[in-house]
Amino acid sequence: MRKSLRALAAGLLLAGSVSAASAADKLKVGFIYLGPIGDLGWTYQHDLGRQALVKELGDKIETTYLENVPEGPDAERAIEQLVRAGNKLIFTTSFGYMDPTLKVAKKYPNVHFEHATGYKRDKNMSTYSAKWYQGRYIQGLIAAKMSKSGVLGYIGSFPIPEVVSGINATILAAQTINPNIKVKIIWANTWFDPGKEADAAKALIDQGADVIMQHTDSPAAMQIASERGKLAFGQDSEMIKFGPKTQLTSILDTWGPYYIERVKAELAGTWKSEDTWGGLDSHMFAMAPYTNMPDDVKKIAEDAQAAITAGKLHPFKCPVIGQDGKEVECKGGANLADGQILGMNFYVKGIDDKLPGK
Amino acid sequence: MQLVLEKRAERSGTIALISPLIAIGLTIVTMVILFAILGKNPLLALHAYFIAPLTDSYSLQEIAVKATPLVMIAIGLSLCYLANAWNIGAEGQFLIGAVAGSWIAVKTQGTDAGVWVLPAMLVLAAAAGALYALIPAICKVKFGASEILTSLMLVYVADLFLDYLVRGPWRDPQGFNFPTTAEFDPVATVPLLIEGGRLHLGSIIALFVVAAAAILLGRTIKGFEIRVVGAAPRAARFGGFNANQLIILTFAVSGALAGLAGIIEVAGPVGHLQPGISPGYGFTAIIVAFLGRLNPLGILIAGLFLALTFIGGEQAQIAMKIPLDVTKVFQGILLFYVLACDSLILYRFKLVFPNRQVASGTH
Repeated sequence: MRKSLRALAAGLLLAGSVSAASAADKLKVGFIYLGPIGDLGWTYQHDLGRQALVKELGDKIETTYLENVPEGPDAERAIEQLVRAGNKLIFTTSFGYMDPTLKVAKKYPNVHFEHATGYKRDKNMSTYSAKWYQGRYIQGLIAAKMSKSGVLGYIGSFPIPEVVSGINATILAAQTINPNIKVKIIWANTWFDPGKEADAAKALIDQGADVIMQHTDSPAAMQIASERGKLAFGQDSEMIKFGPKTQLTSILDTWGPYYIERVKAELAGTWKSEDTWGGLDSHMFAMAPYTNMPDDVKKIAEDAQAAITAGKLHPFKCPVIGQDGKEVECKGGANLADGQILGMNFYVKGIDDKLPGK
Repeated sequence: MQLVLEKRAERSGTIALISPLIAIGLTIVTMVILFAILGKNPLLALHAYFIAPLTDSYSLQEIAVKATPLVMIAIGLSLCYLANAWNIGAEGQFLIGAVAGSWIAVKTQGTDAGVWVLPAMLVLAAAAGALYALIPAICKVKFGASEILTSLMLVYVADLFLDYLVRGPWRDPQGFNFPTTAEFDPVATVPLLIEGGRLHLGSIIALFVVAAAAILLGRTIKGFEIRVVGAAPRAARFGGFNANQLIILTFAVSGALAGLAGIIEVAGPVGHLQPGISPGYGFTAIIVAFLGRLNPLGILIAGLFLALTFIGGEQAQIAMKIPLDVTKVFQGILLFYVLACDSLILYRFKLVFPNRQVASGTH
């Protein structure tokens, strides 16, 4: 009796340790999200990336996310909570998590961190972002072709380099088709505020814009453009269902391949701190199908996409003329250097607006 | 037969004591049902919310860090509310305090400024918060403007002012144009209390504030004045107490405390000035003030309790994959029950048996 009890206990213990071992074997991967996963924009796309990761490597990893984490004093705690829950690779998916991520990274040198869209790195902290300006260039070509009034409407979020380089790429592209193209810019000072975004779209249309583009995350502007019978570009995600007769294309953030690649590296023990800034060639983003445009415009867009992907076309090919009429110093050989684009703090010639804070 | 609420002749002391307990009990029952519907184990979920954060020093520290600004602001607000002065703009005073204190940090950045920097930042932040709170107070006293509206509207002014500074003049030159100042120098940073943790000196200051408020309200004439003016304005007038003077005073004190909380948050856990330094502390503190029944000790407990729900909510999200929305529902349900149970202090349920014929006639 005693013996059998002891055997049972040993068996239980063994079973317990085996299941514990298999749970411990799974790599824990954590995500910090800025918005709710249902925002249909930025955070939604990151979560699609996470889902792709689970689909690909679900038997080897376990993912956890914290959503709606504000970019303030709470962020550091949220990241540390993920570390303490045993996550070994943590993706922090918004610019404002940069300093909190760095602080936690310094505290836990054995955990690896990946911060989206920032510029501070460490031995155990990588950064990753996408060359969205390439997509903006394609949109600029389409917009100039499709606009009857010759006035484009642009809803900016914040005047940071990512957004400013997007505006410049758009205009440089549009000028190759229509040298007199005009752009009206409204700064919404938010990433996500459907009410403000809708108001901005209305104001831009009232000022004569007939193609609306946005660097904010909600489909509100698309809906307004659709109501007023204008054209628009989506942002971050596929927004065609909000404007079936309106959306020309959309820049789709496709994080899945990157997440899978980084987690595979972590599993293989080859993860290193890196600075990844991927373009169309590395599938960091994709263009939604070109819709609501004639075939010749579609062809222009597709050709440009192919040329950019192949590295034959660079949106910031020198010479680039600044708003002041002077040529911008060309630090990257034939094109502006990556650093100049990442820190872009000027408008190009042809933009009839003043950059805030200049 | 009808169930009606009837006003009590006087407030019930027993109910006042047990009402928060009833509220918490009802909240737990509701949450158990909700967790069960979501297919989560209710006991494990409640453990993740309430017990797990209390069992390790890391989470305890985080609770203190989260509660610090809430308690500090709520103490100031409670003085206002006790004196019938409705300061809704603590969020703005918090931001202005943060801005004013940061001014010294930004201007002394990279210089060999001495240890005076942090104390100067704290003093300036408190002064700026007080001055900012005086705007609605003076408008109220001089012109009869509703302090509820003016203090609230000044929140947006403060928010945009901070926004302007970090996007323009105070922007980190090495920051790629992103809206933030550079990290503050060590002399401009609130010291940590435990190596490797996040608990900082601000939590000690908050405890001092609680103690000072308890003494003020319980042991001084001024405290008595505040309570009388709020509870019985006519009696206060006959007693020669000046209600207008008290509005000015309580607004200034609550503004100073909010401003102090602002700079402590910026020079502590955040480490630099940026937009979004407050996840709505100034508004959450209103809830904390009332949850703590405008009593300093009550506010301390309420602040810690609310902080616990935040930390526990995160741990439940991680450990049990319970969505964040459930944490918000949980906080909402808690407030609902607290307010509902509080009405029992002044009212009681009574069964009324109306005349049958009338009843059948009306139904």
